[in-house]
Amino acid sequence: MSLEEKNFIEVNPKRCKGCAACIVACPNGCIEIGSEINQMGYQFARFAVRKCIACGMCFYTCPEFGAITVYQKPRKGA
Amino acid sequence: MHTIKHQKARSLYPTFERKAPGADVSHYCPGCGHGTVHNLIAEAIDDLGIQDRTIFCSPVGCSVFGYYYFDTGNIQCAHGRAPAVASAIRRTHEEAIVISYQGDGDLAGIGMSQIVHAANRGENITVFFINNAIYGMTGGQMAPTTILGQKTVTTPDGRHAENEGFPIGMVEIINSLQAPVFIERVSLAGAKKVMKARMAIRKALRNQVEKKGFSFVEILSPCPVNWKMTAVEARRWLENNLEPVFPVGNLRDLPKGPFDKVDKKKDSRMSDRKILEILGVNEEEVHAGTVQLQEEQNVKIAGFGGQGVLSTGILLANCAIAEGLKTTWLPSYGAEMRGGTANASINISHETIGSPIVSYPNVLMVMNLPSLDAFEDKVRPGGAIYVNSSLATRKVRRADVTAYHIPASDMANDLGTIQSASVILLTVYALVSGAITIETLKKVIPLSIKRKNLVDLNMQAIEAGVTWHRDNCPKP
Ligand SMILES: Cc1ncc(C[n+]2csc(CCOP(=O)(O)OP(=O)(O)O)c2C)c(N)n1
Ligand code: SF4
Ligand code: SF4
Ligand code: SF4
Repeated sequence: MSLEEKNFIEVNPKRCKGCAACIVACPNGCIEIGSEINQMGYQFARFAVRKCIACGMCFYTCPEFGAITVYQKPRKGA
Repeated sequence: MHTIKHQKARSLYPTFERKAPGADVSHYCPGCGHGTVHNLIAEAIDDLGIQDRTIFCSPVGCSVFGYYYFDTGNIQCAHGRAPAVASAIRRTHEEAIVISYQGDGDLAGIGMSQIVHAANRGENITVFFINNAIYGMTGGQMAPTTILGQKTVTTPDGRHAENEGFPIGMVEIINSLQAPVFIERVSLAGAKKVMKARMAIRKALRNQVEKKGFSFVEILSPCPVNWKMTAVEARRWLENNLEPVFPVGNLRDLPKGPFDKVDKKKDSRMSDRKILEILGVNEEEVHAGTVQLQEEQNVKIAGFGGQGVLSTGILLANCAIAEGLKTTWLPSYGAEMRGGTANASINISHETIGSPIVSYPNVLMVMNLPSLDAFEDKVRPGGAIYVNSSLATRKVRRADVTAYHIPASDMANDLGTIQSASVILLTVYALVSGAITIETLKKVIPLSIKRKNLVDLNMQAIEAGVTWHRDNCPKP
């Protein structure tokens, strides 16, 4: 299975305050805090391990607006 | 092709221009629960298709800037008063979806009586109560919901019941009332709980769309900064310490309120005619309805407090109503009721008036010199200035406006009451502008002034104004 066939999330580095709430929220440990620092001075979150099930837990927990976007893989046969 | 499963709600602005040009992050501290709740509410607004008719009433507290984010109608309410504001909107805009969003200091402290009465009336509104057990915005003081032993700036060695009382359970209080249809407490302690909060928020809004009645959702929410923890620790602390004191769960979910709000309101609503009757106004008598305004009148009346500036404004607005026109009246005065400066803004129009504020009037009436100095430059070119030349001793300097210098205080003094000077100005304005008729003015004055001898004096003031106009304003 190629990577193109998996769910994933995107963290917008400019909008993330690095609070790590999403990391705790993810049932599959998909997210981690990176080492880079954004313009606001926060070490922002990034998608790390691709076991994402597109459940949206991280998205709904995140307190920022549009910091996380969740993408669903193409449906079989679609 | 991948599809987007979850993304920022459309009911939040793409960028937060009211915060700063191009801003796209919130003003909230990292990990604050407010942002999470905003996202959940915005998604529900999107999904219910109610963005265009939603009015978000934000409180005083960290969420005071709700209008930065929600691309809906917004009103920022005085501390604790959002439920009263929401009730007013509810009763004047039947199709509006009204959200009262409040913190614990706002709702359970200063605003306790507002929320209890709105709930008790069963207003068809939705209340989101963010309980973070502390005053966030002001830097971490004790809230009514602070738990026993919790250290805050004002309870440095923990809240003690014998000194500060017990934490107040708001859903339990609301649950003691008969009218609400939906009462639930949720928590943001973990992802699964956030999903429950999401469902409660959607239900509470859907109830309003279905006109069921009053819905109340309390959301236990982290304030990492004032709890002095990381965002992750705060969620754990919330679960281990707040949830035992404030148990989560649904307390009420009725299929229907105790009364059908919509029909009930219709039945009990007073007709305009009935209101006029109670006020002792004969509708036929005052509704002249013949005035055709040349242009919308944006009037500013200014002078010392005690010169009748505000009441003359009311008189003008009442005359406009009697003419069948739309009008607003907005007073502005200093702390001193007498001697200080006061002004009234009055708009008169054939159309619905959007804002009662008059920044750049096309009609200015000034009762004294400071008011002329303050407002002369604000008058729009082509406008008119009516000056009480007894007290405003200089002439109008502008050449692009029409000025009327009327010795109104001297004229009023001759009649025996200096108070009626502003009525003389109003009379001249009425004759020049044609915005209200002298006939209407004479009919409305007795309705707003109760003392018979004052009514007579004001009638004489009108006559004096009419005479001055006849002698000083050449017929076009
Ligand atoms: C009439 C009035 N009294 C007091 C204040 C000061 N004040 C501002 S915010 C606030 C409390 C806010 O706490 P809360 O409602 O819990 O909201 P949070 O900031 O925690 O979200 C107070 C007392 C005020 N602005 N106006
Ligand atoms: S969508 Fe679910 S599985 Fe995917 S990263 Fe977010 S929380 Fe983890
Ligand atoms: S929850 Fe949001 S703001 Fe916090 S680290 Fe994750 S993406 Fe960043
Ligand atoms: S002080 Fe508390 S409630 Fe206010 S923004 Fe910060 S974390 Fe949120």
